[in-house]
Amino acid sequence: KKTSLNIVNIQQTTTQLALGGPVCPVQNWMQFPSGYGSHPPNYSAPSGHYSQVPNKAAASHLDNQYRASYYPTYYSSPAQNVMTPSVGTSVLNTQESQQLYNKTPHTVGSAEGPVQGAISSASYLHTSAQQSYSAFGNHYSTSVSSSVASQGFPLNSDHYAMPVVSSAVYPNVSYPPAAPGSVYGQAFTSQSLPVVGQVKETNKFSSQSTSVPHSLQQHVPVGYNTTLSTTSSAQSVQDNLCSNLTRSVAKVNNQINTGGIDSSQPVHSESQSVSFTKPGAGTSASSAVISSVRTPAPSLSSQPRSSPSVPQSPELALQEGMQFGGYVNNQASSAPAPLSSSSDDEEEDEEDEEAAIDSSSTTSSASPVLNNYDALEGGGYPETRSVTSSPVPAPSVPQTSKASKPFGYGYPTLQPGYQNAAAPTPVQPSNPGHHPGLQHYPQQYPGVNQLTSSIGGLSLQHSQQPESLRPVNLTQDRNILPVSSVPAPVPNLNSDLRKLNCSPDSFRCTLTNIPQTQALLNKAKLPLGLLLHPFRDLTQLPVITTSTIVRCRSCRTYINPFVSFIDQRRWKCNLCYRVNDVPEEFMYNPLTRSYGEPHKRPEVQNSTVELIASSDYMLRPPQPAVYLFVLDVSHNAVEAGYLTIVCQSLLENLDKLPGDSRTRIGFITFDSTVQFYNLQEGLSQPQMLIVSDIDDIFLPTPDSLLVNLHESKELIKDLLNALPNMFTNTRETHSALGPALQAAFKLMSPTGGRISVFQTQLPSLGAGLLHSREDPNQRSSTKVVQHLGPATDFYKKLALDCSGQQTAVDLFLLSSQYSDLASLACVSKYSAGCIYYYPSFHHSHNPAQAEKLQKDLKRYLTRKIGFEAVMRIRCTKGLSIHTFHGNFFVRSTDLLSLANVNPDAGFAVQMSIEESLTDTSLVCFQTALLYTSSKGERRIRVHTLCLPVVSSLADVYAGADVQAVVCLLANMAVDRSVSSSLADARDALVNAVVDSLAAYMSTASNLQQSMLIAPNSLKLFPLYILALLKQKAFRTGTSTRLDDRVYAMCQMKSQPLVHLMKMIHPNLYRIDKLIDESTIHVNDRVVPQPPLQKLSAEKLTREGAFLMDCGSIFYIWIGKNCDNNFIKDVLGYPNYASVPQTMTQLPEVDALSSERTRSFVSWLRDSRTLSPVLQVIKDENPAKTEFFQHLIEDRTEAAFSYYEFLLNIQQQVCK
Amino acid sequence: MESVVFIFSLIDCCALIFLSVYFIITLSDLECDYINARSCCSKLNKWVVPEVIGHAVVTVLMLISLHWFIFLLNLPVATWNIYRYIMVPSGNMGVFDPTEIHNRGQLKSHMKEAMIKLGFHLLCFFMYLYSMILALIND
Repeated sequence: KKTSLNIVNIQQTTTQLALGGPVCPVQNWMQFPSGYGSHPPNYSAPSGHYSQVPNKAAASHLDNQYRASYYPTYYSSPAQNVMTPSVGTSVLNTQESQQLYNKTPHTVGSAEGPVQGAISSASYLHTSAQQSYSAFGNHYSTSVSSSVASQGFPLNSDHYAMPVVSSAVYPNVSYPPAAPGSVYGQAFTSQSLPVVGQVKETNKFSSQSTSVPHSLQQHVPVGYNTTLSTTSSAQSVQDNLCSNLTRSVAKVNNQINTGGIDSSQPVHSESQSVSFTKPGAGTSASSAVISSVRTPAPSLSSQPRSSPSVPQSPELALQEGMQFGGYVNNQASSAPAPLSSSSDDEEEDEEDEEAAIDSSSTTSSASPVLNNYDALEGGGYPETRSVTSSPVPAPSVPQTSKASKPFGYGYPTLQPGYQNAAAPTPVQPSNPGHHPGLQHYPQQYPGVNQLTSSIGGLSLQHSQQPESLRPVNLTQDRNILPVSSVPAPVPNLNSDLRKLNCSPDSFRCTLTNIPQTQALLNKAKLPLGLLLHPFRDLTQLPVITTSTIVRCRSCRTYINPFVSFIDQRRWKCNLCYRVNDVPEEFMYNPLTRSYGEPHKRPEVQNSTVELIASSDYMLRPPQPAVYLFVLDVSHNAVEAGYLTIVCQSLLENLDKLPGDSRTRIGFITFDSTVQFYNLQEGLSQPQMLIVSDIDDIFLPTPDSLLVNLHESKELIKDLLNALPNMFTNTRETHSALGPALQAAFKLMSPTGGRISVFQTQLPSLGAGLLHSREDPNQRSSTKVVQHLGPATDFYKKLALDCSGQQTAVDLFLLSSQYSDLASLACVSKYSAGCIYYYPSFHHSHNPAQAEKLQKDLKRYLTRKIGFEAVMRIRCTKGLSIHTFHGNFFVRSTDLLSLANVNPDAGFAVQMSIEESLTDTSLVCFQTALLYTSSKGERRIRVHTLCLPVVSSLADVYAGADVQAVVCLLANMAVDRSVSSSLADARDALVNAVVDSLAAYMSTASNLQQSMLIAPNSLKLFPLYILALLKQKAFRTGTSTRLDDRVYAMCQMKSQPLVHLMKMIHPNLYRIDKLIDESTIHVNDRVVPQPPLQKLSAEKLTREGAFLMDCGSIFYIWIGKNCDNNFIKDVLGYPNYASVPQTMTQLPEVDALSSERTRSFVSWLRDSRTLSPVLQVIKDENPAKTEFFQHLIEDRTEAAFSYYEFLLNIQQQVCK
Repeated sequence: MESVVFIFSLIDCCALIFLSVYFIITLSDLECDYINARSCCSKLNKWVVPEVIGHAVVTVLMLISLHWFIFLLNLPVATWNIYRYIMVPSGNMGVFDPTEIHNRGQLKSHMKEAMIKLGFHLLCFFMYLYSMILALIND
């Protein structure tokens, strides 16, 4: 056996040592994605959220009727059964509570904002603003229904009634001086601020709230005692920053110190304040307001959408600032709680179901000390921008206000309509005023026809047909595309539950009204499933440290907002209905520092929380972050020139790699042999070890190949500098990917971690070698597309091995020829990795791809990462999971094993209804993601979604979420095309539309059968399905390379809904007249908001310029006769003819149109995690075909136009 | 001679019954989460070929010994076994694929299949037993 082991010292001719400069490894986390800093979690929001509890409670009689009081509204207008305000007394309850809500805004103004916030607000956690906000939006709408008008606060009520007016705007306008502090917070807190004065409710909560201020100060010392020293550093910074914001700096200081456990917050706030640096109310307020004006604009329709976006808006800074002080205070008060609480926890199962690893268990340092970490990891990610970050930038609708106005404007203009709408309905207290309001809206805002869908969702009364059921004649109504993005429908729940419900960005269900039985579901012909984005970058996330994680004893569900408390000591699981004891520790509420209020704990007030897991949740000590890069250095790879880009990106981001002091890194290169790099500390140069025995791969020096990033940083930098030039003269054309992966697996198996593989061609040597399967002549075949599945099980097996050892493999395929992605992708698919594909990559010939790689790498290297993760999806008894979609390994019926989890990964599950749900009115879904953070902390992120159950077919259609349906169908179609055939999958897609529309039309008897009618909620269904059919993954007849097709399929399986929708149905905007468009303000920038255009060439006028947002790429198409001013100002060229073919950037020209265009583009970019590449397209550009392929409403040689497609469907429906 | 055939068939059938029971037990272990999908599938895949062979042998034996009825009874099951084995996609790790088994109700259908086979083999068992006794008496 010839085992040759050549040891070669890398000859470094150039002295690149000096390049790096001194690096202090420890500081890594500080510099962590720079973006973090700029992301302003909204503190006030959480406070509102929390504080609202007291209010609720205020209306409640604690002892009796616990449940009823706890969800006052719930009771009076049972969400499940939608209408029928049931009991008289309970109605009263509701009113009271709603009164509270309405009044609060006033009180905010008068009361000391910050302090109040502090008192009432919770927290030692940051709530996700989003969630609370959306809830908030909902809340409004409902409050309208019942109490608004009657309460005699016309202004407020209006405000509530019509979410069109953003909450932000409103307060500013109406309460000029005092309010600004509470701007939004107030809106939010409005519900919460337990303002006693106004509402004369003498129950213990209100009284408590008043008393708290005093108690606060008294307690401060206590807090001190429990302080963890670690926080202090963060505090000082924070202090400085906040000083202007907070009322009393000193107080803040004290209280911050107490933070200890929740220290994450202080840090958070720090970053927040930093980014804002505009504590002053004036300017920021205005910008904020304006943006918000627009945001909520889509009004009712986009409520769900808009609401989340609002809280994120950085401009909230203002509010935040104000509330901030209070917030901190809260912390102080709350902080001691977890510490003090102790003992008597119900013991966790030793055998933790979710522990992922096979080794024996040991405890480790999952101490709550890592404040900074919390702040960074738990909280803001760069894209926290308000409007932008909401995946569907829907909220900003141009329609309402033309041109940017001072925010004050927005309100007055809207107001009249508003008042009209709400005022004329003098609602009797017992009779929710919802109904009348409903009728008025459409008249008031004729343009906003999407209002409807959300109203439908809200509809508490079925006396009138909900808007989402409004029949739309598809063949006649050509303008079905909304002005802005499509909002997610709001579940038809009562306001309290809706407020608590999980954000649609992380958790969406295809049917927001769950059918009662499988038979009903079958009748509806719509798929039932969930779309998850569980590890999404959140701006705010409550992080809870507690010694007892409360879970149901039988089904292990985490306690969540939708459980019911039977009495103070017992709670009933909402998934399995078992009655559980409330552990002693849980009785203590750290937020209010009171005992005996388990229902006010943050776990029960937030449907998205992150828990710091104890050692019970580990089977081995949390692993360090380990990164291994496996690079192809064959001739092909060198020719493509990707090495330079990769090494450069790595060099730039080396300090930003998520991890702690234990972070390890290693490199392997391969061509026909496998090269290892010894980077052991102490060597003067990196050492290359070549193993040429690829049939029996082994590790030459197992200990020194994966080295500590900080100890060997200089060597690593040397290597990265040297690598691109080391193989320039290679003549090796073979690629031994399989053996290299086996080596990588061996190297990683002791620890687990992430393997990043860069491959440029078909693997041709050793295990796992592949042969070309693609027949170029079949690319545009309309018949059979073969080879969509893997050719060998080598990669799958390897992936499962990796998965077992907690190692994920991420594949970067940069190839110009066929590389059998179908086989290679398996290595990532089943190890929970991700796949990137750059067709015809070349560093100089294809600059767009090179740029894309660069950008992707930046995001890839710096984004958050979770190791050794498992995700469990639980659902209410009666539902079961049928199929999983995404990149992972399904370890048992509901447990997904994710070696790594990243924030860009989406998942889908198909559900089936096993038992009839007749005895329940609500169903819940809970995903729990247990992972090890890059700082070596075991954490559990829990999302809970609650949905109503309905028994009629019409309700099922009313609640259909068309985007979710389409995404789930896309996933199913991918499975179908691999397991059966592409033609089958296409037929299935078409049938999905035909069947569901036929089923709908058969329910609505009064409809004319000759027309194609869809419910409003599904009016985009045929369009999206047609878009899917024309998508690379499923199209036939158009030449599509096999790898492209397979990659598109991989993306469908692993992308979260927002990204997937852009991929399926890009957004088209006209951008040559942006100056005239209405605008919003984001971060002091004016962002124009052009309306969405149909994806049809008829919209492309020669005089215009258009931007198409395809998610990962932006096309800018310029018409031949495009205005020369536009070309000159925006593109920087004198006329059309002189615009170059390959243009990937917009120059900075000092002109208004240029500025607007650039701000629009960057606003679009900020809304996603991968920053897309921009490509300017002229008429005769080769990329033009790409662009025109996205115009899915047009006819192509091989496919229907939208109208034809509709006719085709109509024909089949009527058959 | 005929008795020898049936004695052999009986033994073979016993083995197939045990195999079916083993399949059922292992699959239900997986259902209850007592066992990892990966190990479950590798355990089961090991026995797929023996099952196919075992059943094919009996079928062929029946054909050779000209027991038409029993042959025709066995034929569909044997064909199904072979078909299932042949039709495994190239990228899968066998009839039971750990990455797919929890999807699309595959676990349930495998379970159902194993149950049906168990019933079938039991039926065959008594048939062979009866035939064997008959043959022995005739001898």
